[in-house]
Amino acid sequence: MSPGAPPIEIRTSPHLKRDLSTDVIMRNVVYALLPVVAVGVVTFGVSVLLLVFVSTLACVLTEHVFCRLSGQFSTVSDCSAVITGMLLALTLPPGFPLWMVAVGGFIAIALGKALFGGLGFNVFNPALVGRAFLQAAFPVAITTWTPPGVAGRFTQCIPSTLALPFLRPAVVDGFSGATPLSLMKFGDATTQLPETMKLFVGTVAGSAGETSAVVILACGTYLAARKMMDWRISAGMLLSVFAFSSIFYIFDQEAYPSPIFMLFSGGLMFGAIFMATDMVTSPVTPAGVWIYGTFLGFITVLIRLKGGLPEGVMYAILLGNAINPLLNSMTQPRIYGAKKALARK
Amino acid sequence: MIVPMSQHIGAPAKPIVRKGQEVVRGEPIAAPSGFVSVPMHAPLTGVVEKIDLALLADGTMGPAIYLRSYPGSSQEVLYGAPLDIETLQRDELIGAVQDTGMVGLGGAAFPTHVKLAVPKGKTVDTIIANGCECEPYLTTDHRLMLERMEDLFAGIEIALRATGAAQALIGIEENKPDAIKALRAAAPDDIPVRVVAVQTKYPQGAERMLIKALLKREVPSGGLPSDARVVVFNVATLAQIGYLLPRRQGLIERGVTITGPGIEKPGNYLIALGTPLRDVLEQVGLRDSARQVILGGPMMGQSMWSLDVPITKGISGVLVFTEAEIQARPTKVYPCIRCGQCVQACPAFLNPSRLGVLARKERYQLMEEQYYLNDCFECGGCAYACPSNIPLVQYFRMAKAKNRERKAAR
Repeated sequence: MSPGAPPIEIRTSPHLKRDLSTDVIMRNVVYALLPVVAVGVVTFGVSVLLLVFVSTLACVLTEHVFCRLSGQFSTVSDCSAVITGMLLALTLPPGFPLWMVAVGGFIAIALGKALFGGLGFNVFNPALVGRAFLQAAFPVAITTWTPPGVAGRFTQCIPSTLALPFLRPAVVDGFSGATPLSLMKFGDATTQLPETMKLFVGTVAGSAGETSAVVILACGTYLAARKMMDWRISAGMLLSVFAFSSIFYIFDQEAYPSPIFMLFSGGLMFGAIFMATDMVTSPVTPAGVWIYGTFLGFITVLIRLKGGLPEGVMYAILLGNAINPLLNSMTQPRIYGAKKALARK
Repeated sequence: MIVPMSQHIGAPAKPIVRKGQEVVRGEPIAAPSGFVSVPMHAPLTGVVEKIDLALLADGTMGPAIYLRSYPGSSQEVLYGAPLDIETLQRDELIGAVQDTGMVGLGGAAFPTHVKLAVPKGKTVDTIIANGCECEPYLTTDHRLMLERMEDLFAGIEIALRATGAAQALIGIEENKPDAIKALRAAAPDDIPVRVVAVQTKYPQGAERMLIKALLKREVPSGGLPSDARVVVFNVATLAQIGYLLPRRQGLIERGVTITGPGIEKPGNYLIALGTPLRDVLEQVGLRDSARQVILGGPMMGQSMWSLDVPITKGISGVLVFTEAEIQARPTKVYPCIRCGQCVQACPAFLNPSRLGVLARKERYQLMEEQYYLNDCFECGGCAYACPSNIPLVQYFRMAKAKNRERKAAR
């Protein structure tokens, strides 16, 4: 400390800091989503790429504008808006019109996040707020599915992708199909459900990013291993879906699908790995985390098997978000040396 | 040399020397002013320069005795007399420990004899020798366990007699296998002592954590270890008792880890209590790039703004960081994303995430009443783990201070 040197550092303890910051976590979630996007593009074609791009752009722009409007520094660099955009796009049908997804991205960030106060203050998962809005506003478009592996998918868009605002998209038969879950729900008794292997790899109709369970699991494992995702929530939700659907299956094997089908079909894997684990909207307490996961699984099974919709992951997670504050305050951990423990001895 | 009168928890000592008086190394120069207080001993042979206020490590000014050494003196410790411990009653033993000026050397600096005096109505069945380094970077306890085993066992024997405990456990973290092995081999048969390896994790050296790890007992919230029939001593404390008591000498030096990238010759040094930090750093070589000097460890230590503070009884480490480490620290604070890392890190099982939010809203009273703020011992685990870089420990310190203020005003 020679004279003229920079001033000495005065700060409070701790003086060590773990090398893991919020923006690094967010950036890694984006990296983990890239393979999922890639699978979507390979399965459904360039439309998925456009969908992800437009959705992300809408989210990032909305975030930037709202930050500026409220006189704050732009928080775009923390990457959380990018995640919202990617998540939203990946839960939509591959041929979803681009102008609609732009609206969805705006709603996701504006209503789902910015109005609550930005990152860390939102009650609901912003991407799912956007999706719930789209489901209500555009019920037809959001249930128009594209079969996997259509020829020419890399050179041309799915026609509905480029639909103009407020015009009815031309429905071309070669480009529409049904998801395994809607077959299960609305198909007649003779419909053959796709084999589990297809569900696992992802060569079925479905949302842009939800079809390949194996890739989603691999990406989740990466995040969990780097401690950037709470694996307990995913595990809790998947186990709970398996357990509750087993009960139905054992009860009546004809009427209900097998638990394996339930696990690997629809948006469950994507929701359990990437949506339910959204840190802001999930519990922090050890007991709360498991209750939350179990609750999500239970609601998913209930909606899928007893509700009016083929898929229940989105509403399950939104409901879970709603009970999250309650869960957090009801499951405060028993502190070291608390009186209760002593009384038990 | 500067010998502050308050180097411990409790009432400050009272000087018993005058300006200009000659002292010999090891001679008492201040007397305790009550039971929860300890005497001070001269760390050198020389003369009392003045008795005046001095800057202390916590940033306050406190009374201290300034000493100047005689250049010609050999600085040998001649003061003292043999003491036959075997013949002493329990009260006398505790009095003798108080005379040594011993305090907990792990960092808390609580007078040792007070811990040895088990209050009426309580019993202590176990004493624990804490051989877990309290913080990363510090290695004095490790060295001491390898080099001063005889003193350590002598100290354990004294502590067993004074407390009436039936057994002693030495808890050592698994990452020090050499110390575990050496102490197991050296443990004398006539003392009921056992060496137990515990998991290496921070803050394993915190006494409440160690009690749980060794005995599966929890100290009640707001209580003392004796409420769980345990007393915990740092191994350095026990070794010093084992050395000083039979010689009837006072505590005048201690082992200190001096390390960090800003130090040229890092290591464990035996330092006379009262040596100004500046002189210590001169001896071990302070690099020009040094920018932060911390007394204590990296998790709970304090940044110094002056090098004039003396080394006192409770200082186990001096850590010096350079520009590079300071630049590497994140400066941006993100909002809490409720990732729960702090909840998993908290050794007291508090909810730092919730406490942090409440602190921001200045709901200090609620933090104490419903979220057990006072069970936080500021280990720093939550702030270390927080990816959003929220200064949680600082929030909690402020909340505690505000609560104290409010209670005092009432």
